[in-house]
Amino acid sequence: MRSKVLTIDLSRYKYWVEDRKDLFEEYIGGVGVAVQLLKEELENAKGVDPLGEENVIVFSTGPFTPAYPLASKTVALFKSPLTSNLGESHAGGRSAAAIANAGYGAIVIKGRSRKPVYVVVDEDKVHFRDGRVIWSIQDSIVTGRIIAEREKGRGIRTVMRIGGGGLNLVRYACVTTETYRHFGRLGLGAVFGSKNLKALVVMGRKSFKPKDKENFRKVYDEIYDLAVKSDAMKKYHLLGTAVNVLPLNEFGGLPTKNLTEQRFDKAEEISGEALAENNLGRRIACAHCPVACIHIAALREEYETEKYFYKTLMISYDYELIYALGSMLGVGSREGLLKLIHRVEVYGLDAISTGVCLAWATEAYKRGLISKNETLLDLEFGNYENYIKAVDYIVSQPNDFYKALAKGVDEASRIYGGREFAMAFGRNEMPGYNTGYGAYIGYLIGLRHSHLDGAGYSIDQKWKDYSPKELVDELIREEQWRQILSSLVVCFFARGIYKPEIVVKAFKPLGVETDENELREIGKKIYEEKLRLKKKMGFSVEDLQVPERVFEADTPQGKLSRDYVKEALDYYKEIVSKI
Amino acid sequence: MKRLVIKDLEKCVGCGLCMYACSRRNARDPEIGVSKSGILAVSLSGFERGATIIFCRACSEPPCAQVCPTGAMTPRKGGGVFFKEDLCIACGNCMEACTIGAIFRQENGKPAVCVHCGYCANYCPHGVLAYEEVKS
Repeated sequence: MRSKVLTIDLSRYKYWVEDRKDLFEEYIGGVGVAVQLLKEELENAKGVDPLGEENVIVFSTGPFTPAYPLASKTVALFKSPLTSNLGESHAGGRSAAAIANAGYGAIVIKGRSRKPVYVVVDEDKVHFRDGRVIWSIQDSIVTGRIIAEREKGRGIRTVMRIGGGGLNLVRYACVTTETYRHFGRLGLGAVFGSKNLKALVVMGRKSFKPKDKENFRKVYDEIYDLAVKSDAMKKYHLLGTAVNVLPLNEFGGLPTKNLTEQRFDKAEEISGEALAENNLGRRIACAHCPVACIHIAALREEYETEKYFYKTLMISYDYELIYALGSMLGVGSREGLLKLIHRVEVYGLDAISTGVCLAWATEAYKRGLISKNETLLDLEFGNYENYIKAVDYIVSQPNDFYKALAKGVDEASRIYGGREFAMAFGRNEMPGYNTGYGAYIGYLIGLRHSHLDGAGYSIDQKWKDYSPKELVDELIREEQWRQILSSLVVCFFARGIYKPEIVVKAFKPLGVETDENELREIGKKIYEEKLRLKKKMGFSVEDLQVPERVFEADTPQGKLSRDYVKEALDYYKEIVSKI
Repeated sequence: MKRLVIKDLEKCVGCGLCMYACSRRNARDPEIGVSKSGILAVSLSGFERGATIIFCRACSEPPCAQVCPTGAMTPRKGGGVFFKEDLCIACGNCMEACTIGAIFRQENGKPAVCVHCGYCANYCPHGVLAYEEVKS
């Protein structure tokens, strides 16, 4: 297993490697190890400016990378410029395989370069490349292309890069890898930008050997067969996450027009089915994943001035993008939705945060809290052309309003009002599940800041009249197991395959003896360690606010009660105080 | 003789399962990683244009064998090459000589090349690769 940690100091243009077997043995890898590395680096965690030289980025892979299929994710931990608390983001593409094949379990990036650079990790060597010429390129796809043509490692590398979002320090800018995968959520792109780091390229052809050769191949085959022959991955294998649009709409759980509605009358138009039938152009896969859930639409667009000339854009879509840039903004035109997604992709912005910010801005504009002096254009639900221009403004920030909006919906609504319909939880814009208590309390108490935390939406869909305490316990129980999955680091979509018994079995040929109880204990420990780090950064349950809109909206569980949420948070506060 | 063949290149999703299979192929000495892999999955100038795979096309007069100074790489009857690692001095001539760039560098600097064993075809879930009888 990989236990070497490469540290790159951008301030001194130096790098060094340490073997951190101690951490990998105790905390598995991925998020478990990354929490420890971040803790070591950020001694005064609360005082660290997320966009200052002192912030640190940790990329971490797991023990199953690349031993088994579907262990294809990299965890990034950093202090988030959006929330000023722990930022956690996972991406696939080739990032995890490239880091592991370069010989590392984790990479730490610290400091701040004086001039724009991009960094190339070629196994044991690190190159600091001049990034001045490409620094101002706003298009993350073009940036990726230029670097890919200059550097070697075709097929075995990852090219992580930022676009205009990260350059202009939009607090929810992401880092894009291999064009279609992202370290989204919580602003890793802005942290790259603040460090004058345009891109990180990692490559290598190193291998390692299993302890038990024969059983390694047997266990591999078992996991492979589960992935390709069972129904475990079927949902992602066919329509992809976009399969959720219609059931959630029918269920009344699809946030629409800034959650003023919970069903979208144009859901059919932007459903996974409609996109697959009319627009799906190609499917691609992350490294070492047979599922190929990356759905890419082909959008043919005629030149404005010339007939029979077309440009064809290839645009990846997923459920969260369809929600945030579709139903949440009332955009029901597939073509409009795809164009909007493309613009967000080009700049390298987090799609969820961008959509939620614009949804709030639209309602604030409609209610007269802001005028055209601020928005510079008419924001109205469904008008995707103006939303595309508004995305340009979020990146270029031509006035104070867009400067605020680039800091997130929480910040903008503090200044301009409308906090009751600013759909953020813990300063992070909400994912697309208005399914009930499980989802919302999950957004508030989750440690990964995504709907994939404790699977609240899934609890809601099988709702069993949980008391607030039972619900919190259930969310934490699931979230603790997910610390194992994100330490391994297997794709959460493969959680149906990587059940405890398979994880135990898969560890064995790698020379690690464990059992389900031990794994659950480690999951609990990582959960607590992460929560401690969050507290060190200033997290407090008292600061959590719930936008009024949550209590006004219908959910599949009816109108939600403030008392229920309060009881749940009070109980969670007790738990947090004991850790 | 049987060979690794491409059934439909357009179906490639770039998952690279073939690469990892190749490094596992030796049952007595499987590796985790890509060092020994004689096959490479690549995007076609970016994933927006799709993906493809690169591996030895079993030339009948392989240039790689012609430039090998030590006899480590020799032509195989019916196309392709034999590779004897203990004779290899890691000069890299073969990698440079291959017109399609289908010889790769192992961790130790020596070449990794497809020997047409067909193991990877079992792990191609999308019908890109097959292992079948071909006319020499």
